[in-house]
Amino acid sequence: MNPPLLEIDALSIAYHTDHGKLSALRGASLIARAGEVIGIVGESGCGKSTLAASVINLLPHAAQVTSGAVRYKGQDILTLPPEAQRALRGQDIAMIFQDPMTAFNPVLTMGAQLVDFQHAAQIPRAEKLNRARALLTRVGMPDPDLTLRRYPHQLSGGMRQRVAIAAALLMNPTILVADEPTTALDVTMEAQIIHLLRDLRREYQGAILVITHHLGVVAELCDRVYVMYAGEVVEEALVDDLFHAPRHPYTSGLIACDPGHFEQAAPILPTIPGRLPDLRNPPIGCSFAPRCPLAETICATPPPRVQISPTQSALCHKAGGQP
Amino acid sequence: MLTYAIKRVALAVLILFVVMLAMYGMVFLVPGDPASVALGPRATPALKAMLTERMGLDQPVAVQIWRFFTNAAQGDLGIDVWSKRPVLDQILEAFPQTLLLGTVALTWALTLGITLGVLAVVYRGTMIDRALGLISVSFISVPSFVVAIYLLLIFAVWLQWLPAIGAGKAGDIPSQIKALILPSIAVGIGWVGYLARMVRASMLEIMAANHIRTARAFGLPERRVVTRYALRLAIVPTISVIAVGLGSILSSAVFVETVFSRPGIGTLITGAVFKRNYPVVMGTVLVTTAFYLLVITCADLLIAKLDPRVRDALAR
Repeated sequence: MNPPLLEIDALSIAYHTDHGKLSALRGASLIARAGEVIGIVGESGCGKSTLAASVINLLPHAAQVTSGAVRYKGQDILTLPPEAQRALRGQDIAMIFQDPMTAFNPVLTMGAQLVDFQHAAQIPRAEKLNRARALLTRVGMPDPDLTLRRYPHQLSGGMRQRVAIAAALLMNPTILVADEPTTALDVTMEAQIIHLLRDLRREYQGAILVITHHLGVVAELCDRVYVMYAGEVVEEALVDDLFHAPRHPYTSGLIACDPGHFEQAAPILPTIPGRLPDLRNPPIGCSFAPRCPLAETICATPPPRVQISPTQSALCHKAGGQP
Repeated sequence: MLTYAIKRVALAVLILFVVMLAMYGMVFLVPGDPASVALGPRATPALKAMLTERMGLDQPVAVQIWRFFTNAAQGDLGIDVWSKRPVLDQILEAFPQTLLLGTVALTWALTLGITLGVLAVVYRGTMIDRALGLISVSFISVPSFVVAIYLLLIFAVWLQWLPAIGAGKAGDIPSQIKALILPSIAVGIGWVGYLARMVRASMLEIMAANHIRTARAFGLPERRVVTRYALRLAIVPTISVIAVGLGSILSSAVFVETVFSRPGIGTLITGAVFKRNYPVVMGTVLVTTAFYLLVITCADLLIAKLDPRVRDALAR
């Protein structure tokens, strides 16, 4: 097996808020190898966007890494000097952001921004424009020359997300992080963007991280999945195992609640009762226990990480038994 | 863009017209017949009649207004009732003085205000930020004529470093510069505080925007992110504030020029009001209003030029 390109090792991140310290990530670990598409799923507030931001160390001011490491090709990027971190951004590790409406500067043309994003390349401006043009064609923009002259507000949401994908591919990065790439789009646009990403992964050599709360996106795009809950990775599995043999009750709950998975005509959409625990004061035991249908007294103690197979593990007292 | 420019200019002309009508209204609302007030208790009826006629106040209001606008359109603002000099000449003498004072005051206020604002952003949350906030708010709260009187007291009367009154000797540049220092501080000090607060707020907002995160995520150098991506955007709202600032500096010049006895539009207008010198009052108001509208219209057009979103919204 390839050595990992990206290795997030027991990363804990806390936010300083007015009401105390909030643990957004609690010992989350993740591995991504070249050629893999990794999915990170979970509901809002589970820490998946914090995890994405930590990959390029673009965390908000209030965030503080309390322990752990983010290793890119074996080197911890969190301890690199700021200039070395900056040199990786956009060149080795590129991001596709959630909201294409606000992701671009409103007073600069797309062309100006796409050229700026290639600042590290020592090639003339005309060549940078050519590269941008080629990638815009690649992501299916009908008139690349016109797009380059456009301002962001003159493009539709789906168009902007295509441009954002083209921008991320400009410097041919080894890791591509897509933070909720389809969340802000309507269903038709979402299908088109998923189609585009699937298309791209066939020729892409690096690793792709897709952060989403949408299981449909995971099923369409990913090879392996990390399920997050309350700042922890609660289950890790190959995409087929995840859908067919989930071992963590939270994963089963998520699948049961997915409208796309929900085949039989039922009068109401199932939900997981309860809310996320208060992360200013995380529970000692299993953080999902208050909402878990299988919870027992033992769940008040810290759950073990049960290795089910070389590719699947779950953070649950009950994962040892048969699914 | 062109239709927008035409619309803006037409609107400016309309505003000017309404302001002048309001001015006419005010002349008649102020108690006392202008001629009797101007001439004092010992005026003879013959003198009063002569003055009333000279000011054109014997005509029906509609005729007066018509005359004023037709003459003004031809560049004739009437004759000073007392000195018999053309009003336009007096304004052309006084206006550059006020404009110089306003420009100098706004220039240093902008420089200092933006610097303090950016410093507050760089050191946000620290003692420096809090101290700058305190200084800015106190600068905003103190009226310019109070500042002017204290400046006079300290630097002109006690220390005797700078002249107390006047605009310096004609042709003597150093004396003119010395005479500008205190008045321009009095005019600009409130603006320093205001600009510092505004730049801090808008920079903080923009630096937290998603597109700034995008620029950083592509590894753009921080200096480039601040100047090309943040400041370029922060400038847009600042332009309209500067335009309004130049206008309000004209009005604070009325106080400051009076305190420092500087020649200028402020002293011209206060003198004229006290002497009920209506042609001068009307002419001065017309010119300052026109100048203010010119600046604001230019600012609006500049904003449309700089912000493609505004431009497109207008084209629709």
